[in-house]
Amino acid sequence: MSKSQERLGQTRFGQLASAYGLPRLIITAFLILLFILAPFSGADFATQISNVIARFSWNAVLVLAMVPMVHSGCGLNFGLQLGILAGLLGSTLSIELGLSGGACFFMAILIATPFAILFGGGYGLLLNRIKGGEMMVATYVGFSSVSFMCMMWLFLPYSNPTIVMAYTGVGLKQTFSLENFYANVLADFLKIDLSSFGINLIIPTGSILFFALLAFLMWAFLHTKTGTAMTAVGSNPTFARASGINIDRSRTLSVILSTWLGAVGILVYQQGFGFLQAYNAPLNMALPAVSAILIGGASVNKASISNVIIGTFLFQGLVTMTPTVMNSMLNVGDMSEVIRVIVSQGMILYALTRKTEGSK
Amino acid sequence: MKNIKKDFFGNQVLTDINFTLNEGEVLGLCGENGAGKSTLMKILFGMDVIRETGGYEGDILIHGEKAVFSTPFDALKAGIGMVHQEFSLIPGFTATENILLNREPRKTNVISQVFGERLNTLDRKAMKERSDAAIDKMGVKIDPNMTINEMPVGHKQFTEIARELSKDQLKLLILDEPTAVLTEHEAEALLASIRNMAAQGIAIIFITHRLHEILSVCDKVVVMRDGYVVQDVPAKDTNVPEITRWMVGRSVQSAAATQIQDHSDAPILMSIRHLWVDMPGEIVRDVDLDVRQGEILGIGGLAGQGKLGIPNGIMGLYEAGGTVVFDGKEIPLNSPRKCLDASLAFVSEDRRGVGLLLDESLEWNIAFTAMQVQNKFLKNLLGGAVKWRDEKAIRAVTQKYIEALQIKCTSSRQKARELSGGNQQKICLAKAFALEPKFLFVSEPTRGIDVGAKSLVLDALKQFNRESGVTVVMISSELEELRQTCDRIAIISGGKVAGIRPATDSSEELGMLMVSQVV
Repeated sequence: MSKSQERLGQTRFGQLASAYGLPRLIITAFLILLFILAPFSGADFATQISNVIARFSWNAVLVLAMVPMVHSGCGLNFGLQLGILAGLLGSTLSIELGLSGGACFFMAILIATPFAILFGGGYGLLLNRIKGGEMMVATYVGFSSVSFMCMMWLFLPYSNPTIVMAYTGVGLKQTFSLENFYANVLADFLKIDLSSFGINLIIPTGSILFFALLAFLMWAFLHTKTGTAMTAVGSNPTFARASGINIDRSRTLSVILSTWLGAVGILVYQQGFGFLQAYNAPLNMALPAVSAILIGGASVNKASISNVIIGTFLFQGLVTMTPTVMNSMLNVGDMSEVIRVIVSQGMILYALTRKTEGSK
Repeated sequence: MKNIKKDFFGNQVLTDINFTLNEGEVLGLCGENGAGKSTLMKILFGMDVIRETGGYEGDILIHGEKAVFSTPFDALKAGIGMVHQEFSLIPGFTATENILLNREPRKTNVISQVFGERLNTLDRKAMKERSDAAIDKMGVKIDPNMTINEMPVGHKQFTEIARELSKDQLKLLILDEPTAVLTEHEAEALLASIRNMAAQGIAIIFITHRLHEILSVCDKVVVMRDGYVVQDVPAKDTNVPEITRWMVGRSVQSAAATQIQDHSDAPILMSIRHLWVDMPGEIVRDVDLDVRQGEILGIGGLAGQGKLGIPNGIMGLYEAGGTVVFDGKEIPLNSPRKCLDASLAFVSEDRRGVGLLLDESLEWNIAFTAMQVQNKFLKNLLGGAVKWRDEKAIRAVTQKYIEALQIKCTSSRQKARELSGGNQQKICLAKAFALEPKFLFVSEPTRGIDVGAKSLVLDALKQFNRESGVTVVMISSELEELRQTCDRIAIISGGKVAGIRPATDSSEELGMLMVSQVV
């Protein structure tokens, strides 16, 4: 324990802070403050809650994708873009096949899977060669793979008129609506909509259930023999090796899992958001996910499902609440983006400077 | 030095050390590993660790005046120089540059007149003169313009010494195992230069495991054991066997091992042929060893002679070669999994690094290896497709060992990091016991744990061997411990087996074997 932590531990606030994590405490307090202020800024409370829940449901799977790599000691997956690219391949090919609705969504997952295994496998082999510097290399893997795919989006012979560029008919569109394909297919399943009662509360039950399913599978996996081995590899690789574990295989498996969850994560995001964004858009997806799990109390080498849930909720809460509240109060243009950037990058910076244990 | 006392966290490591050293005298300091030699030298040199762990008692007198060194710089100012076991030289610099690093004679120039003396230029000519003078003092020839990375290891050692000699005020030079890395020829040259330096009035403390060097160069010999100075005699009045006896000879007449069992007609369980292991600092060169079924074989030897390399090599943690036949089958080396599958187990000397998952619960620590290797503590769900962790079975086995080994902890879910060294060691043993192996390597089982835990650990090992019939090979630096616990003791020296004796043999004889082939 560092000295500052010991000093903190002497006060009651300090005990709370060290049990719950100081940054998580600050951000929770800030979020509560925003909720209190929201009515004064003229925003409808129920709408705000709906927004937070909706954004939670879009992003939670992407945050969940961080868990396996943290467990195997590969650190935070700054190369999440690789998984996202596999997901994009899945969705575009599924659309190209002419499917729509739920079939299109699940076909997209199915098609994305082999790509995720292929990409994740190669990525895993790479990370096994640079043990200790995973996170830095992962960042560059993310950047370069997105750039490479920028070329591929142009060259791949897509022909479905709704997704190719309008003038030339060659190459994928920058952004296109999924209205006719699988927008909201999960969200509309068992959707709770109270607007007919005059309350603007909408809960996308299906999306949340889908996340719950994946989170349960992740939790279950970590309770199996293989999952236990993966956690041990992350906790002490030498111990794992002395216990006869093939460290490299465990790590590669974790990277593949993480990449696959990234692919599924972007599909869930798209169905909620309603649009598919190609080219440079995937670059903006990794850092918020990293940041969210850190806010949730994870550290570079420990992460749990509860970290994912709490973190996603806090982070997305902040992102959705700040524009309405801050903008109406400060009236200086869009502050939300600034705050989002400060929080997400600052959180990553904070976590990387201190590699301590995560909180529950 | 008068009445020096030092304890680490209540663990007394030095007690009433007294000795004097005159100008121009060479003092040979010897003792087993852990006798307190290094701690004593660290006190003398004012190293930070001493102050951080609570300082020391007693006085150091230099020319009759009390000296207090709070940092190594104070010690340097008072004229004490130290050459450490590991080189601290800059590879790309020449000998001259290394010798005078940060103490270079300088010339002023226009820029430094304006911006201060940090921009002075080096006076190359004066530097050369001073390094030449220092090298001459040693009485050996090394090229002052050669860069360190091109030098043979002996010349690096001489450069280190020359650096200390170039300090004008040098009165006392401490050499910590300077010959350990040298060839015989280079060592001879070093000994000659030690005589040379002593003739010029520099007092020298010479620490080594090579006892004949002490006899050939020192004026007097100080032997330490368990934090006491046991002998302080002129070198000409003693001989190698006598020093060895002093070094190892605690309670020589007492306790030969209790209940030794003779296994000489038992079948050979493991036979090791031409084993080499590339473990840094513990290189095994060529080991042939037979282990008989049901015995406790001790492996002893001085630090760095390769005794630790043997289990680490066989269990696949460091690169190894040779043949190891276990139970009639050859075991492939460099594969921990194959060894574990063959029902071997290993308790590593590196508890925190290899032995434990510090951030996980005791349950995980004890059950993990057995779970992964033998599929114990698992429930098969969905017809065996999913191997689910059986928390209940894990808790039960952990509870069993917590009671059997009297592990002090708040619960079986406590993290391993929070336990004391002795209790951590017991966890490591429990991990190995949970594997129910046929053959167990235990490496330094009592390193860094207190006396009470020590006897418990050794008793547990003995009980495990006698009751379950498991063959145990125990590696330890502490000869007495081996004599108390083992049936036979193999002594490793210079990466080879120097001899195998029954545990009833006297400590002196085993001690002689320890230093027989030191390289």
